[in-house]
Amino acid sequence: MSGTPLKQALKGLMAGAALAAFGVGAAGQASAEETFKIGVVTFLSGQAAESFGVPAWDGGRLLIEKLNAGEVPAPYDTVGFGGMKIEAIPIDEAGGATKQVQEFRNLVQREQVDAVVGYVSSGDCLAVAPVADELKALTILYDCGTPRIFEDGQYEYAFRTAAHATMDNVSIARYLQARGVEIDSIAGLNQDYAWGHDSWRDFTASMGQLYPDADVVAELFPAFGAGQYGTEISALMRERADVVHSSNWGGDLQSFILQSMPRGLFQRSQVVFSAGDHVIPALGNNFPEGVILGARGAYGLMSPDTPLNNWWFETYQERYGVIPVQAPYRMAQALLGLKSAIEKAMAANGGARPTTDEIRMAMKGHEWEAPGGLIQMKLGNGHQAIQPTAIGTTAKDSDGNITVVDIERFAAECVNPPAGQNSVDWINAGFPGAQCE
Amino acid sequence: MYDVLTILVDGVVYASWLFIVALGLTLIFGVLRILNIAHGSMYAIGAYAAVTLAPLAPALGLPPVFSLLAMLIAALAVAIVLAPLMERGLLRLFYGRDEVLILLITYAVFLILEDVSKLIWGVNPYYLFEPRNLFGTVEIGDLFYVGYDLMLIALAAVCGLAVWLGLNKTKVGKIVLAVIHNPDVSACMGVNIARIYLLAFFVGVFLAALAGAFTAPLISVQPGISVSVIILSFAVVIIGGLGSIPGAAIGAVVVGIVRAAAVYELPEAEIFIVYLVMAIVLVFRPEGLFQRTQARKI
Repeated sequence: MSGTPLKQALKGLMAGAALAAFGVGAAGQASAEETFKIGVVTFLSGQAAESFGVPAWDGGRLLIEKLNAGEVPAPYDTVGFGGMKIEAIPIDEAGGATKQVQEFRNLVQREQVDAVVGYVSSGDCLAVAPVADELKALTILYDCGTPRIFEDGQYEYAFRTAAHATMDNVSIARYLQARGVEIDSIAGLNQDYAWGHDSWRDFTASMGQLYPDADVVAELFPAFGAGQYGTEISALMRERADVVHSSNWGGDLQSFILQSMPRGLFQRSQVVFSAGDHVIPALGNNFPEGVILGARGAYGLMSPDTPLNNWWFETYQERYGVIPVQAPYRMAQALLGLKSAIEKAMAANGGARPTTDEIRMAMKGHEWEAPGGLIQMKLGNGHQAIQPTAIGTTAKDSDGNITVVDIERFAAECVNPPAGQNSVDWINAGFPGAQCE
Repeated sequence: MYDVLTILVDGVVYASWLFIVALGLTLIFGVLRILNIAHGSMYAIGAYAAVTLAPLAPALGLPPVFSLLAMLIAALAVAIVLAPLMERGLLRLFYGRDEVLILLITYAVFLILEDVSKLIWGVNPYYLFEPRNLFGTVEIGDLFYVGYDLMLIALAAVCGLAVWLGLNKTKVGKIVLAVIHNPDVSACMGVNIARIYLLAFFVGVFLAALAGAFTAPLISVQPGISVSVIILSFAVVIIGGLGSIPGAAIGAVVVGIVRAAAVYELPEAEIFIVYLVMAIVLVFRPEGLFQRTQARKI
């Protein structure tokens, strides 16, 4: 009876268990058979999906595929995370902060992920960060903009691997000054929620420092998802402001462009979009020329000419047929930051699989090279990144395709506050400690 | 002077868009006593249908003006498919039940249609550039307006007039009015109530889809466009009086002009000014501006 299927199965199980125990006990070395499980949370439905969530997930899964195959250029040419294959579980960020806290708990407690990478919405970041500490779960916030996370709070297990929104608007103001744009009046159209108000506040405060004589002639905050901007466009055109600022994104930005372009707003004022690069693939050559454009980093058409960035840009474009914009760049820099922190922790502990606390300590104050430039975790007690950025002006190339010219690059220390300083206070004090080349 | 003129023009352009949607909503309520939350979905699907059909005109080598015809056909197609499906297939099963229950059913349909739209068209935006260039630009004061936007005023006027004439000057319209006043007596007189309900629902859905189709060239058509329009339409019909066509027209103009004035003179009030007006109207005339006070049936 020794050969019965049941007994054979039991023998097999016991042998497998013994081997597994031996394997763990004998070495503890990370290997290609091991996996590092991450939850990737981003908008897969809803208004932020097309602009941010879906391109971010597209970029994330492409990079994970390439990392697992060991096909990413040096210094990221080791397989996966330190030899461990990356397994990603995508989660839709739609549904609000309460739902996201539940999803976060599910990922950590039920799916037992090793880390969570995610969150476009500032509200979700603010809600999830304290839960990350409560559950002692390594959490990489890859995109959300509000400076409040590490300026108002202090977390041990949450890290943000991209600069916060202050950089976007300080750099726009610095660009206007660097290009010698004469400005007596400014106007703004921003979405009526925290992102729009914070962006406008940072922009006007920066302009107050760099153009102290410029007057604010219109401040418009249409509802998020308003769709119709006819009246606002009339109001902006009537004021004839030298500069019109907007941090709108997604469908709101696209509708604003479509409605204002034939009415001549772009001829009457210098329009600046602080985060507008992501609508270029959607609008293509219908995107207006002469617009000053930010991408929330040196991304996409304003990305630097480095081997890593060239590989990333071409790989993404080849796979999806469109240029990578800010969202995939930000996802890539989060994943590469996590990879380099894990490998740094492994190097410190003799090559064994690092614990969450070892990775966390390695991530604190960490620096790594990303496609958009050097990322440095310098703010928020080593939990908040700063990065270089670039601003440019849209134009048509010789083939009639929209591109970005007159690109100005800004060092991270020039457009981000120094450690320990609140963003708004830093701007209002005249950017003390800013290091601009 | 320019300010007043600009507020008027902007307000009326905005009102015309809103009126077409609200007209369908108020018609359906007037005849069927249904507050149709799924009306916003009909608007969105009309926009999606337009961005799908309208590009066929230039692709077939037809003159650009045919894209307007394609948008009209798109709206008609939406009404032909969705109106019988929703009214005959679902809503009629609940006639005579609590109005709140039917309201919740239309909300469920709204949620379902949101996901159906995503299944069919995905989450990426669609654009329809060509029709907006058909009418050039017009200079009013020192501002340029797109001729297409001003054309929407004419479209809204045609829709309003057609529905008003249809109801008041045709035999079918008289029958519809009879059904509005008393469906039971109308049925006793030999009126096919089911057919009248379907007709009213069809026209209502068509108007929502038409508004969506003709708004498509102004916006990026993507998930979520149905939400804000239904909230604003409710505000319009509540201000004007539920079920009243002149009320919808006045409500739309009030909302459009008050909102435009707020954008110019008090931008921080833009978001809530519409609802403030609605609240004021409800305080003094809970039945809306154009609805007669009715005795409550017990």
